[in-house]
Amino acid sequence: MATVTAAPFSQVDTRRASGRPLGEVNPLIYLVLIIVGIASLIPFVWMVLTSVKDYGDVVSLRFWPWPPLGNSTPRFDNFAEAIRLIGVDRDTGLPMFFRHVLNTAAVTAIVIASSVTTSVLAAYAFAQLEFPAKNALFILVLATFMIPEELILVPRAVMMNKNYLNWYNTLPAMVAPFLANAFGIFLIRQFFLQIPRDLYDAARIDGAGHMRYLTLVMIPLARPAILTLALLEFIWTWNEFRWIQLVTSSSNMRTVSVGLVGFLQTDGGAQTQLAMAVAVMVVLPVVVLYFFTQRYFTEGITTTGLKG
Amino acid sequence: MVTAENVHPEPGWRLGKAREALLAYALLAPALLLFIAFTFFPIGFGLYISLHNWRLGPREFLGLGNYIRALSLNSEFWPSLGATLTYSLLAVPLQISIALTLAYLLFQKIRGKSLFRVVMFLPWVTSTVATAAVWARLYSPDIGLINGVLKNLGLTPLRWLLEDKGVFTLIARGLGVALPDWLRGPSLAMVAVVIYTTWVFVGYNMTLFLAGLGNIPGEMYEAAKIDGANGWQLFRHITWPLLSPTTFFVVLITVIGTLKAFNHIWVMTQGDNGTQTASILIYRQFYEFQRAGYASALAFLLSAVILVVTIVQNRVAAERVNY
Repeated sequence: MATVTAAPFSQVDTRRASGRPLGEVNPLIYLVLIIVGIASLIPFVWMVLTSVKDYGDVVSLRFWPWPPLGNSTPRFDNFAEAIRLIGVDRDTGLPMFFRHVLNTAAVTAIVIASSVTTSVLAAYAFAQLEFPAKNALFILVLATFMIPEELILVPRAVMMNKNYLNWYNTLPAMVAPFLANAFGIFLIRQFFLQIPRDLYDAARIDGAGHMRYLTLVMIPLARPAILTLALLEFIWTWNEFRWIQLVTSSSNMRTVSVGLVGFLQTDGGAQTQLAMAVAVMVVLPVVVLYFFTQRYFTEGITTTGLKG
Repeated sequence: MVTAENVHPEPGWRLGKAREALLAYALLAPALLLFIAFTFFPIGFGLYISLHNWRLGPREFLGLGNYIRALSLNSEFWPSLGATLTYSLLAVPLQISIALTLAYLLFQKIRGKSLFRVVMFLPWVTSTVATAAVWARLYSPDIGLINGVLKNLGLTPLRWLLEDKGVFTLIARGLGVALPDWLRGPSLAMVAVVIYTTWVFVGYNMTLFLAGLGNIPGEMYEAAKIDGANGWQLFRHITWPLLSPTTFFVVLITVIGTLKAFNHIWVMTQGDNGTQTASILIYRQFYEFQRAGYASALAFLLSAVILVVTIVQNRVAAERVNY
């Protein structure tokens, strides 16, 4: 199985010989890479440090106000304070921030389940079956890549209002545009195409039809690609802002990203340490997930190369 | 399940084909129906909306009225298109050149390669809303880290995202020269947004370049080295031409991405201080003023620009790229 699953992703193997032995690398290269690495991390470090500063240390611009450089103590209360200022959800009695987390989790779970399912089914048809208009339909799927989101943003949102679908400010409206995506179909199709045809012939001799072959052979083999798709859907949905902002009106229907932007515009959000405390809570799940699964992200992106 | 064609190849063949096609359509149906409902239908619906004065529903038919308004001389569409193109022209070369340089450096046999990659890719993974909020505070004139560093270095602090003056005007003023208005250049706020964008996307583009570099056969370098090529010659005559499909692809998606940029600009400036790009204008017209018809017309115009840019890039690529 290892050889089959590794094949589509082999192009990411950057260890292939560039023809230079280790000893020749210029130390300046390390210097440049380290500087860029620090520049990539500094905003995150500043965000985390600021989230536990008191207001005085924020205003005085002290990067590290704690011992040994200063005598402040880290204020972990900022997180509780920020959550308190975001308010309480009257429906559930929960702090509104937790309601936002639950909404985000619900939207993300629905989007992942739906887009993975629709992608796997469609990818199987494109990779394994022969049928009339196959190429035309595949081009139709790829065409959805080329359509700028701006073009369909307004009509999609109009469709949600009370004269049409009447989904405004409900979960169906929040997830509708993300339930299927061409990226997923393309990614999984690429993977399915790498699986040797002989496997299907063997399965058929054993009496398996297409659906059993798909569920018992193809899906288990394609697990890395499916996981890649699920992870990318996770970060895209977790980070989605514009659509959710457009089709929701009440705070208790919003997600963490929309909630963060709303909080920034309040008096509480004007206090930088509280704004950063919320930002930390929004970013944290994604960062943790990324560090454990980062291999799949780069593989998914370099396999299909799409979606900036 | 034994299919018919195993037993009777001749008559069963057609039945098998028909069943296979039916199964295929059934498997494609969920995705295709969703695309039709939420992608293809909205294009036609958007066209219809754009021909009307539209609030919650159609008020009156305007024909091309919204387009004429958008294209009239004093419309806000032209400045927004200018801001969009300025953003693109600043961000694309900066992102691509840094990403390619970093990919080339990382492609050498160095230690800690994957750690560098993971760290540089991180900004792309995290929520643009959250990181843009962080950068907006880093740029803060009073309490931002960036002005703090400038002050410590004895330099003049700047107003960054709050500055609508052009960067050339500011530089000239620093040198004691007054520039005519048409030479003002992009606003400092725009440049600040571009710096943020570079921070977000360099790791992503670098990852694509690294994959492209990995596809160049190592023997090419060996052969060239035997012929006595030096480092620059290797890059100029082997890496650059063989990498051109990747470069073209990265440039294409970066250009399209910059033409559509929205989230971070919205969070950092809401489109103020010379950063009202076309996608910000569309969103404002719809979200703040409920002008669905006008916003749809603007969206069609922006999409036409994106389409033209894509076609031009493809033409250029057909001449220049070595496949």
